[in-house]
Amino acid sequence: MKKLMIGNAAIARGAYEAGATVAAAYPGTPSTEIVSGFSKYDGVYAEWSPNEKVAMEVAAGASIGGARTLVAMKHVGVNVAADPLFTFAYTGVNGGLVIVSGDDPGMHSSQNEQDNRGYGRFAKLPVLEPADSQEALDFTRMAFDISEEYDSPVMLRVTTRLAHSQTLVEEGARKDLPLKNYTKNAGKYVMLPGHARMRHIEVEKRMLALQEFAETSSLNRIEWGSKELGIITSGVAYQYVKEVLPEVSVLKLGITNPLPQKLISSFADQVDRLVIVEELEPVIEEQIKSWGIKAEGKEIFTLLGEYSPEMIGEKLGGIKPASGYGLDKEIPARPPLMCPGCPHRGVFHTLNKMKLVVMGDIGCYTLGALSPLEGMDACICMGASIGSALGMEKARGEEFASKTVAVIGDSTFVHSGITALIDIVYNQGTSTVIILDNDTTAMTGHQEHPATGMNIRLQPTNKLDIEGIVRAIGIKNIRIVDPLKLDQLEAALNEELNRREPSVIITKRPCALLNRTPYAGKYYVDEELCKGCKRCLKVGCAGIYFIEEDKRAVIHSSCAACGLCPQICTFDAIKKVEG
Amino acid sequence: MQSQTTNILIVGVGGQGTLLTSRIIAQVAVQMGYDVKVSEVHGMAQRGGSVVTQVRYGEKIYSPIIKKGDADVILAFEKIEAARWLDYLKPDGMVIVNNERVNPLPVMSGKAKYPDDIHEKVAAQVKRTVVVDATDIAVKCGNIKAANVVLVGMLSQAIGLPEDEMEKAIRAIVPPKALDVNLAAFRQGCKKLITRVE
Repeated sequence: MKKLMIGNAAIARGAYEAGATVAAAYPGTPSTEIVSGFSKYDGVYAEWSPNEKVAMEVAAGASIGGARTLVAMKHVGVNVAADPLFTFAYTGVNGGLVIVSGDDPGMHSSQNEQDNRGYGRFAKLPVLEPADSQEALDFTRMAFDISEEYDSPVMLRVTTRLAHSQTLVEEGARKDLPLKNYTKNAGKYVMLPGHARMRHIEVEKRMLALQEFAETSSLNRIEWGSKELGIITSGVAYQYVKEVLPEVSVLKLGITNPLPQKLISSFADQVDRLVIVEELEPVIEEQIKSWGIKAEGKEIFTLLGEYSPEMIGEKLGGIKPASGYGLDKEIPARPPLMCPGCPHRGVFHTLNKMKLVVMGDIGCYTLGALSPLEGMDACICMGASIGSALGMEKARGEEFASKTVAVIGDSTFVHSGITALIDIVYNQGTSTVIILDNDTTAMTGHQEHPATGMNIRLQPTNKLDIEGIVRAIGIKNIRIVDPLKLDQLEAALNEELNRREPSVIITKRPCALLNRTPYAGKYYVDEELCKGCKRCLKVGCAGIYFIEEDKRAVIHSSCAACGLCPQICTFDAIKKVEG
Repeated sequence: MQSQTTNILIVGVGGQGTLLTSRIIAQVAVQMGYDVKVSEVHGMAQRGGSVVTQVRYGEKIYSPIIKKGDADVILAFEKIEAARWLDYLKPDGMVIVNNERVNPLPVMSGKAKYPDDIHEKVAAQVKRTVVVDATDIAVKCGNIKAANVVLVGMLSQAIGLPEDEMEKAIRAIVPPKALDVNLAAFRQGCKKLITRVE
């Protein structure tokens, strides 16, 4: 019987059915469920790697070793993995290797919306784009065959809307493939210049062969309708086109690098008007136009964000949305925020209070940038906080550094903060770095990492000692502080900021959503003592709110009893229920 | 099997259990042999932000997301979320709203006001607006967390999904120790709504 699966679960299933035995990833929305899903199958190895570069290298090694291998990451993770990826594209594979790029048009949970189909042409890789979960499973299976046949890693590019939509899937049986033989082959795998020059010839041959394959592959198909309008599309945009324009002719591309030039030319010849519907970059469009084919694309459609069925209906069919209901102008925005009981809240409240310059990083704590905490000045990418704090100091001097901190989570520190901390010591910076250690990779849904002591299957493993590694790097001033003890935190910050040496403050308290960390007791607001000053609202917590009519604060049922707001109340009006 | 497509928009605040609700409805649609697509939200939006989950079923479904002006029902777990997504409702569609207020961040920090009389404003536009105290009903059934299943009961009545198929899906999805409370909450929800969306 068919069952509902999100795209990511279908990719994991497809890899399992294809006989993959090794998978590696660093968690990142919208890609996280791929390798965590794969790890639930028997007889396979899966890991959370410290970062995407390592995941890619583990995958490359497993492929050279003869195993079919899956590696998955979010779009910006591919930037981290790009170094090994580009050269692995030269060596080619032994066991098939599929790299999944989870792109995020609309930036549901990302810092940019780069279109990773661009990597296909840049790194010279075949790129497959499924349009629903069944295709995600089928294309993944096929990608392993393509990888081995054409001696190339294959990129499966998905978007958030595919990764996190459930559609019906028919599962198949697993292929039980023997591990491929490993034989030493330095000319193929040791990328010395002399070898790489030879491999580049193979890469170009492979891309031509793949183009021929794309001309006739079942991955690309034409669905003929009216020839007045022909649409070339791929991925989830195909579904939107079919939803609103069921009568037009569609060339659905499942392989978007390399493009099937003859197939596209023949399709273009047979329709009166040709339109390319692709989210984000004009990857298909620009190539088609470069062949001298008349087509429309970004003249009509935006480069920004996600597309929708009504957008396509309106632009190409002149169909206006039906309803006319609407109240949204009167509704206050509801951005995400830190959970009640979140240990990060104490840190950002303090950073804001001390008016520090905060070089931030990627994680739940990036939400500390929002009002009312407003405790962040910059956030660029994973691991950037520490290096950019050093850069700030080198640009503006030590005095400025005494008012600047870098803030980074535990998982992010392991991902790519360590090398920047080495830079601070090596180049004699004086920065203060706060490692927010909440014992998990929280934002992506609580994945384990090297410093939690558990592996992807939640089995105990060696635990990275964050304090030990900081010490080994050469940081002499290390403080461990509870982020919810505001006085201690502020005192530690004052002391370390004034020191003309680098310091690391590790704030230790597990994520409030982990079951292992309940707070004890309950709080209430004493009506007699509350003066209605709203100071408690400065923590931006859903656990306490204000009743305007009564001019007083009230504890909400979602309060986690972390005890942070009582420390802020000037009138001691927030009290713990006795007993 | 009905030939037209049913579109349900489930809206709320990250962490309120919209995902479980969509999974129960989708499971029933699968049991009944429909083509089904569900669009979910993961990642940053789950941290207390405005979230929307979409369920579509019918003979053949292409898009996993609903067009503006095409939702048969908007099921809102929180008062102002119903209003936020109202442009997705089709003419004569139905809005089911849980009478629950969760202050968004701009309200908490005093930068915005929580709108007054939001139920009345929604009802002034949408004739078929149903307001329910699902949280109270859930508490009476034995667990405040079952509020979403009260809403599932109401939704199933609104779109005409059979109760026995619904109960089968709840049994398949809800953990055994929470089953009795959830089934009770579901049945209370079913009783709360008798009208059906056309």
